[in-house]
Amino acid sequence: MNAFDVFSLVFCSSGLFFFFAGTVGLIRFPDTLSRLHALTKADNLGLGLIIIGLIPHLSSLLDVFRLLLVWLLIIFSSAACSYLIASQVIRDKSINTKSLLKFKKKSETNDEPSNSL
Amino acid sequence: MTTYFLVIVLVLALLLSLSLLSVLCAPSYTDCILATQLVGTIGVAMLIILSVIEREPYLVDVSLVLALLTSIMLVTFTQLRRNDQ
Repeated sequence: MNAFDVFSLVFCSSGLFFFFAGTVGLIRFPDTLSRLHALTKADNLGLGLIIIGLIPHLSSLLDVFRLLLVWLLIIFSSAACSYLIASQVIRDKSINTKSLLKFKKKSETNDEPSNSL
Repeated sequence: MTTYFLVIVLVLALLLSLSLLSVLCAPSYTDCILATQLVGTIGVAMLIILSVIEREPYLVDVSLVLALLTSIMLVTFTQLRRNDQ
């Protein structure tokens, strides 16, 4: 077991720990936004650490570049996607409160004509 | 060293099945989408480790396709929900 193996062992284990933390956060956290917070950051960090741990076992520099490009794609797509999910959550909340307000106003306006009649 | 990487892939597969279970019992629509994103990221990590220990470079391309499909799926489902509302 040489130094490269110890390097990849340490980095892959910490990446696995971050994946574990992300999954536990997805299952255990109470709110959708806090689940989003737990999941996206921990997962991208875990993937990056696993890729760094795999670098000593690659044969050429081109393969290293390809794996880093995969990581970059994952980071950018998850940044855009977490923005979309968060705006979706906020819109759901605001729509719920708006529909409640409308319902209240409707019930008030429905009450008035019945009283006048 | 290959054994160690296989153990890591096995633990990742366990986490992937856990997150698939959490898709089944997710409390809301956005939580389903979130858990699917987790499944995509764990799948990419598993495919990359497998491509390195089996020395088969096409698995990296498979992982790229998986990452793209996950993000496209996510954008599509959020836009569908927005159009419904």
